[in-house]
Amino acid sequence: MPIELKMPALSPTMEEGTLAKWLVKEGDEVTSGTILAEIETDKATMEFEAVDEGKVAKILVPEGTDEVKVGTVIAILAADGEDVSAESAAPAPAAKAKPIELPADQKTEPVPGNEAQTPKDSGAYQLVAAAERAPEPPEVPEGTETVRQTLREALRDAMAEEMRKDERVFVMGEEVAEYQGAYKVTQGLLDEFGDKRVIDTPITEYGFAGVGTGAAMGGLRPIIEFMTFNFAMQAIDHIINSAAKTNYMSGGQMRCPIVFRGPNGAASRVGAQHSQNYGPWYANVPGLIVIAPYGAADAKGLLKAAIRSQDPVVFLENELLYGQSFDVPKLDDYVLPIGKARVAREGKDVTLVSYSIGVGVALDAANQLAEQGIDAEVVDLRTLRPLDKATVLKSLAKTNRMVVVEEGWPVCSISSEIMAIAMEEGFDDLDAPVLRVTNEDVPLPYAANLEKLALIKAADVVEAAKKVTYR
Amino acid sequence: MAKAATKRASAAAPPTPNRERPPEPKRYEATKEELLEFYRQMLLIRRFEERAGQLYGLGLIGGFCHLYIGQEAVAVGLQSAMKPGHDSVITGYRDHGHMLAYGIDPKVIMAELTGREAGISRGKGGSMHMFSTEHKFYGGHGIVGAQVSLGTGLAFGHKYSGDGGICLAYFGDGAANQGQVYESFNMAQLWNLPIIFVIENNQYAMGTSVNRASAEDQLYKRGESFRIPGIQVDGMDVLAVRGAAETVVDWVRSGKGPVLMELKTYRYRGHSMSDPAKYRSREEVQAVREKSDPIEAAKRDLEKLGVSEDELKQLDKEIRAIVAESADFAEQSPEPEPSELYTDVLVETY
Repeated sequence: MPIELKMPALSPTMEEGTLAKWLVKEGDEVTSGTILAEIETDKATMEFEAVDEGKVAKILVPEGTDEVKVGTVIAILAADGEDVSAESAAPAPAAKAKPIELPADQKTEPVPGNEAQTPKDSGAYQLVAAAERAPEPPEVPEGTETVRQTLREALRDAMAEEMRKDERVFVMGEEVAEYQGAYKVTQGLLDEFGDKRVIDTPITEYGFAGVGTGAAMGGLRPIIEFMTFNFAMQAIDHIINSAAKTNYMSGGQMRCPIVFRGPNGAASRVGAQHSQNYGPWYANVPGLIVIAPYGAADAKGLLKAAIRSQDPVVFLENELLYGQSFDVPKLDDYVLPIGKARVAREGKDVTLVSYSIGVGVALDAANQLAEQGIDAEVVDLRTLRPLDKATVLKSLAKTNRMVVVEEGWPVCSISSEIMAIAMEEGFDDLDAPVLRVTNEDVPLPYAANLEKLALIKAADVVEAAKKVTYR
Repeated sequence: MAKAATKRASAAAPPTPNRERPPEPKRYEATKEELLEFYRQMLLIRRFEERAGQLYGLGLIGGFCHLYIGQEAVAVGLQSAMKPGHDSVITGYRDHGHMLAYGIDPKVIMAELTGREAGISRGKGGSMHMFSTEHKFYGGHGIVGAQVSLGTGLAFGHKYSGDGGICLAYFGDGAANQGQVYESFNMAQLWNLPIIFVIENNQYAMGTSVNRASAEDQLYKRGESFRIPGIQVDGMDVLAVRGAAETVVDWVRSGKGPVLMELKTYRYRGHSMSDPAKYRSREEVQAVREKSDPIEAAKRDLEKLGVSEDELKQLDKEIRAIVAESADFAEQSPEPEPSELYTDVLVETY
């Protein structure tokens, strides 16, 4: 039987790629390990190796072809003496797989050729799908021109713009320079700013968080990237004890203008140690600013504000959203105020309060609720500390009903805080108890079905909203 | 058995330096005036700390209070070779001596110890958390070892901005076992940062002696696997310390990268005021006081240089007056206004 060689998924995020170069030609004998072709993904150029022995009978996709879907038959390998003339030359259409962001670090990168199936049915996929169905329009005056950008591009632009403006700003972290970022958020920064300002560190989170904090105390403006906030637990002492408290302990003498940033929250199928929302952890700490944006425009405007702030900022990005595209205002200097929530969707029947990827779920739920005649308002907190209570309470006063949506654990969470605020300061406006929709109170499981059960879903938000509106 | 074998092995193969090392430091040859100044500073620290201990006993100082008595020659010898306001200094929680040695006003330090509005941190830091950005003294840190990474960051800043400054980062023999110290060593050498790592080895990490806590008790060797040269110095001799500081400051300022100094010293008091120090004998402490006291040693050297007993008595009187004045100031200054509770949490308003 001839063997079909299919376009491989060379990273868990890959949906399609460019067949850059064939390294074999028709008639060549290949054995296991022979490098057949070079394939470009959105992140890198990778080699494609043969697994089986045989002769290259037919090359179906010529080199230089762009947008070759994963799973497309690109060549036929024949065993000795086999005739493949009858084989169809038409490439089989591949199933369209959703791109799901996964860590690019070596700890979780799958072996090329051992293509993981994109977990179409996973909980993370559902979160991304909700986000895709429910993009958040940027906050700009009517008529502002916008450009379509992924979250990662917007974050990169925010850093580059601030680095152009202020010599003191530099980026430090694991794989931020030569590798161009584990998630490619720092792509291109090394080329523009050089290795003095874009600095690869050893794998040493506690150490480089301290180095960054010390540099900030000495007058620089560091941006410290954590490959993920899960690894920042090794560094949390410097974030809290050194960065957050020193201004207070010094009676206002010691500034610490630093940004700790990186992906946060549940990722896709990476297990419990790589999937956690640290929003509530950092939001607990006086002396820190904590920002957790949803869309690319907010991410850009708030990251620029964070870099300019004289206070230490924890900037929580969402790794499932890095590849999602949003409209970003085409303005020279788009900066948003820290500590201001926004009404992402206006409504009158119930308020859905959320942040980060939960906003996508809330907006998706709001659309479903609209079909059932319930007009939901969605409040995107954007900044978790200081929390914009006024916007939350104002919306509550308008709708009298509230559901908090949080991609994170329920206990001692941002939703706990919002519920407490509603009780303490909005009690008279409440026509129903505030409910919350959060992840299940368990470490995030690996199995696709269990992961799906653990994460928040729009359907649960719809159900909660119906409960508080007594429908 | 294993220990004996290790010793033989090291005796058989002495480490051959495969790279340039700082030269062997020489004991500093101080003029009479210079030595008198070192003596004055050491005495100020000693008297200041004695008074702080007293105020603690009277309940005027609360919480943790770690005294520097016995270790004075270290801060004075090292910092006399640095430029305040240009070179940065950072340390842990046993920080009073380092501040005094950098020329910071004893009054605002003592007022911080008593938690008063006039304290250098406006009463919000306490004994362990004092800073003077004007002097480039960066604290005053309570988490053991944190100042080593932070100091590496300060050194990174000196290099980044090209201001010619260097950083002196102090830590104890206890902190020398923290992981982040080695993370910092690695980056400091990798990036060739202008930093002097100083281990103040006062023999006890709280109640645990170096030998009970450190597999390699020759702490100056702890940088070797990062190619950081190490130097061991008699921390009870201010001129030996100053001499070593000259050598090391020259090395680091000329761009040759970090150096690790181990200063062998001794604290006479407990780890903090609440430490009864049962882990060592009274005789041990007494023996060090009698044989190795840094202030008594400097006094003998001064007498050899022709400084009279009367001159030294006069100096002691002046210092007692400064300390008494700072104690009065610290007792009489008001506590912070209640509204101060909410200031300095964040710099900006959002």
